[in-house]
Amino acid sequence: MSDSRTATAAEAAEPQTPYVGRSVLRSENRALLTGRGQFCDDIPVKRGTLHAAVLRSPHAHAEIESIDVAKCLARPGVLAVVTGEDMKRHIGSMKIPVDAPLEYYGLAVDKVCFAGEAVAVVCATDRYLAEDALDDIEVVYRPLDPVLDPLKAVESDAPVLHPAVGSNLVSQHHFQHGDPNAAFDSAERRIGFDIVYPRNSIPPIEGFVCVAEHLPETGGYDVLSNFPGPFGMHSVMAWSLKVPGNKLRLRSPPNAGGNFGVKLTMFPSMVVMCVASKLAGKPVKWVEDRFEHLIAANSAPNRVTRVEAAYTKDGEVTALRLEHWDDHGAHLRAPMPGPIFRMHGTTSNAYKFKHLDVTMNIVVTNKCPSGAVRGFGGPQLYYATERLMQRIAVELDLDPLEVLLRNILPADVFPYRAPAGAVYDSGNYARCIEEAVEQGRLADLKRRRDEARAAGKYYGIGYAIGIEPSQSNMGYIAIAKSAEQRRKSGPKDGAIIYATVAVDASGAVNVVCDSVPQGQGHATTLAQVVADQLGLAPEAITVNTELDTEKDAWSIASGNYSSRFAAGVGSATYLAATRVREKLARIASTTLNRPADELVFADGKICDPDNPENAVPLRRAAALAHWSPGSLPEGMEPGVRERASWSAQELMTSNDAGEINCELAYGFIFDYCGVEIDPVTFDVKVDRYVTAHDCGTILNPALLEGQIGGSFAAGFGAALYEEFVYGDDGAFFSGSLADYLIATAAEMPQLDVVHCTPTPSPVTLLGAKGVGEGNTYTTPVCIANAVAEALSLEDVVLPVTPSRLGALLLESEREPSSPTAKTAPQPAKGGGRNLVGDGSVDVPAPPEEVWRTLLDPDSLAAVVPGCRSLEAVGDNAYKASVDIGVGPVRGTFRAEVRLYDLEEPVKASLEGSLAGALGSGGGTGEVRLEPHEGGTRVTYSYSAQVSGKVAAVGGRMLDGAARSLIQQFFKGLVSQTGGGQGAAGAPGAWRRLLAKLGLGT
Amino acid sequence: MKPAPFDLVIAESLDEVLACLAEHGEEARIIAGGQSLMAMLNMRLARPSVLVDISRLRDLSYIRSDKGWLEIGATATQAELMAWPELATRAPLLAQALPHVGHFQTRNRGTVCGSLCHADPSSELPLSLATLGGEVVLRSRRGKRVLSAAEFQTGMLTTARRPEEMMVAARFPVQDKETRFAFREIARRHGDFAIVALAAMTLPHGVRLGVGGLAEAPTAEDFRDLSDSALDDALNDFAWRLGGADDIHASARYRREMVRRLGRALIREVAHAETV
Repeated sequence: MSDSRTATAAEAAEPQTPYVGRSVLRSENRALLTGRGQFCDDIPVKRGTLHAAVLRSPHAHAEIESIDVAKCLARPGVLAVVTGEDMKRHIGSMKIPVDAPLEYYGLAVDKVCFAGEAVAVVCATDRYLAEDALDDIEVVYRPLDPVLDPLKAVESDAPVLHPAVGSNLVSQHHFQHGDPNAAFDSAERRIGFDIVYPRNSIPPIEGFVCVAEHLPETGGYDVLSNFPGPFGMHSVMAWSLKVPGNKLRLRSPPNAGGNFGVKLTMFPSMVVMCVASKLAGKPVKWVEDRFEHLIAANSAPNRVTRVEAAYTKDGEVTALRLEHWDDHGAHLRAPMPGPIFRMHGTTSNAYKFKHLDVTMNIVVTNKCPSGAVRGFGGPQLYYATERLMQRIAVELDLDPLEVLLRNILPADVFPYRAPAGAVYDSGNYARCIEEAVEQGRLADLKRRRDEARAAGKYYGIGYAIGIEPSQSNMGYIAIAKSAEQRRKSGPKDGAIIYATVAVDASGAVNVVCDSVPQGQGHATTLAQVVADQLGLAPEAITVNTELDTEKDAWSIASGNYSSRFAAGVGSATYLAATRVREKLARIASTTLNRPADELVFADGKICDPDNPENAVPLRRAAALAHWSPGSLPEGMEPGVRERASWSAQELMTSNDAGEINCELAYGFIFDYCGVEIDPVTFDVKVDRYVTAHDCGTILNPALLEGQIGGSFAAGFGAALYEEFVYGDDGAFFSGSLADYLIATAAEMPQLDVVHCTPTPSPVTLLGAKGVGEGNTYTTPVCIANAVAEALSLEDVVLPVTPSRLGALLLESEREPSSPTAKTAPQPAKGGGRNLVGDGSVDVPAPPEEVWRTLLDPDSLAAVVPGCRSLEAVGDNAYKASVDIGVGPVRGTFRAEVRLYDLEEPVKASLEGSLAGALGSGGGTGEVRLEPHEGGTRVTYSYSAQVSGKVAAVGGRMLDGAARSLIQQFFKGLVSQTGGGQGAAGAPGAWRRLLAKLGLGT
Repeated sequence: MKPAPFDLVIAESLDEVLACLAEHGEEARIIAGGQSLMAMLNMRLARPSVLVDISRLRDLSYIRSDKGWLEIGATATQAELMAWPELATRAPLLAQALPHVGHFQTRNRGTVCGSLCHADPSSELPLSLATLGGEVVLRSRRGKRVLSAAEFQTGMLTTARRPEEMMVAARFPVQDKETRFAFREIARRHGDFAIVALAAMTLPHGVRLGVGGLAEAPTAEDFRDLSDSALDDALNDFAWRLGGADDIHASARYRREMVRRLGRALIREVAHAETV
């Protein structure tokens, strides 16, 4: 390795140059790059392990009238089918942080509340069979009206998701810090506007994987999974499964293919698979597939915020009022709605705002439940504060950077207690901005802007600031409860981190920590930390980041989230390493005749600093502790294994006003970027992006850049590409990675990273602050601010797509030269993804005959595309089984159709529904018949909505597919009414018709 | 995400494929590169009972220029066509369009004929076939049919191929040196399904513009009068006829506007070069 040092003996007495701070190559790379990574799905399972497949709701909101699993259970190879009722029988409802009578059992009970909700789990001898068997489950739904918009959801007449709560406003929280009312009353100027932050996620390459085994001999469970923590969820799971914590063993594999906070919310699925294993009597393995992940894993909560600010005529904000409608989708699952509370402490961002008034409305809607996506409330919050700063700059006709500088906290305030309780540990924000402006060449970007504008292009520069908190205070979630409730339930604060450093009898060093990473390089970094303490090379140190709750040291705060690694895990590991060092130094000191605290550790030796010859190999000191406990200094414990548990004292419990130091360390980010928008296509191109960070002491610059690049990619995607889109009917449209667009390397703009002069954290043991999330906070709003400037927009809706900009910038559309040129059906008004259309066809048969065909079950059966069977179930009402599709896409559906408002042989209305494995749909239509050239002109119109898998992954095909099916129908009608046989006799009409249908032979 | 059960026939000869198609008809589906079909199988959007793998029919992997046609056999991949040394001179439009077809990984497996048979309305190869006036060669046990692009491309994911037929080759007319081409595509990210794809080529009198991504099949139209207002009028009507639909990536309105704006730019680009 290029970074390894080879020291000569003469240097030995000098402390070695620290490895911390160097770009040590990742020790994890070799295994990962040679295909030797061990991901959860790679770990062999026990013989007889079953494979699970999950049946998911095609409806956004529906009552479950019945679930019939008999046919499914009868299928050879199927050993168990689990439904919501089974879950409710075996587990307790999963606990949530807020006081609301919300029940959640992992599978739908009585009703489904979002498209994709898990309804049943089939356990079979292989995954193929399990998926085959899903088709055997008969679920009868009674669709209900859905509600998708968080503002509409809280209206009094909105459909209610959870009747026990009685409202979709699950909880409301109000905080005041300082005296915001007075500040608003005396404001020189005010501004108010709404912002909308969209639904998005950071989908990992590897989805959820778990292997759950019920252990009948103990009544407990063993679960291998890529669940990354926080292990506070372990108690949620154990409580739900009704077992003591020591009867639920969670184990993690060595590697994980991404997490980004998303995997936190796999714990309900783990509980479901535990129950499945119990019912099936065998271990059950579930590997979430891409479709399941996108439709049902989780999403960051989307949010509407009403922003109001009081500010001076010089642009200094004196008070900020935010009312949030935080949309958590269909269910709350711990630790949700955590993000909004976690970021509450930093509501004032890096600014001098003194007076805050914050209202949080926690709302449920018929969308996928929320999760702890990387950024955890930060992108939503800073979208409000940073759009505010840009808007004030426009109002006052000031440079946006000038407005930032007038509001930024000065360097002499640290530690600074922000109004909402966060205690910013260190920083020099103005210096950081100055360095970023200089090193990032802002002047150059401004020149590019001026040139672009002079050339008639749209170009804007955006800025954003973000405080990046790291290492959550476990107490933040308690502010979701009232002060009184908090007093009742006891204090919550701190965040315990465990790390163990052991030296064996040969002097080899092992480190175990509770960080459960997914590729960030934790093993590399901890090896650097320990190597510095023990005078070894990082390669000599083995770090294990797996977690086994039955054997390892862990606590509720363990896991991989809230950027806790550098701030927390680094500190605990450092602490354990210093203890090992002290112990070995004391052992060595007895033979070296120097006080232990004067000894130097370098190159595997413990030395007298003044006499390098006077040295003991580290392995000798370690060996003594193992082989001869009797020789150890008086009172010393035998062996060399130091386990540190660390929780920073700064993480205190909240006060009655709900003010809390929500995190331990607070980094600083300042971003700016230039954005050019193509005046022809409205394509948004980020010309150059500069991000400056002060994250305290840098442990490994290369890994830091990896974190910054990764969070930037996520923020960039959120700004321009990524969104979970739903139709007005709750149908999910982003079910594949061709629909949910993740920014790839090809889209990435030039990213210039500026490492500001660090202000080491005084509250972490290495001076480091976490840096895992930063650009997810700042990048979306930085780009939005640039777009706002480029196009003089007040409101920027993410993701900024060319089509969205087109809708803002295009004038009204020019009409065609004749109305008949509009052959395409026009989309429904009001957005949505209603499939609507109309058209007409000529059928070479008189209206009476067409009418008879439409109303006679036998002839109708011949007309309906792919009709297998059709039976009348009432007056002009039919049930049918149809095989329909477009091209290779085919599915079997149960169809129900009813004709009404009949006016023979002139017109009929119809309504109907379809349901099948590919999805479900419903709609209405009208058919009119009129004599035309000896035949009939059939005029039709329809409006339909499609939900389920086919909508989720085939959205761009739906309109065409609907038209294609209608073509098939009329082709059948022509054929049935004699058009087919009569083609020779009436070639003109036949040809005309086929040509019209685009079905020419 | 596992496919429903199917029988797999790994064909060793064309006769075997045709026999299989004759026997199973619509229940059979041909797979070559599998870059569209595999995803549909895994998502169970398609559930053929028989899958006929033709990828071993290497004698159909040819790319040759013959009698004014560039003919591409059924198993020739998009990457092989892209690497064909004479592509830029004999089929400049394909040379421009192919880099937009998916990604190099998918082009390594995806076949030219497979893309044409799949008939995705936003795909670049069907658009090229329609614009250039190419044709396809279909074989069944009963014989051979040659269909023009317009005859073959009937709609979304739908072609005039009969269930018992296999496309054995696609033919693109070899271009003379005088004809000029331009290709432009708008997609959210490089390699995504086109929101709008446009191909323009000069005609002896006028310019032909082909558009994918709006109508249910790629559509080509010839423009004779290239004066400003006549062209704008004609493009506007063309855009309306194509229609387009809203989806989550772009509105129909945006698509039509791109037909007007980029159609005009492309037509100008190829026509302008004529006068230089």
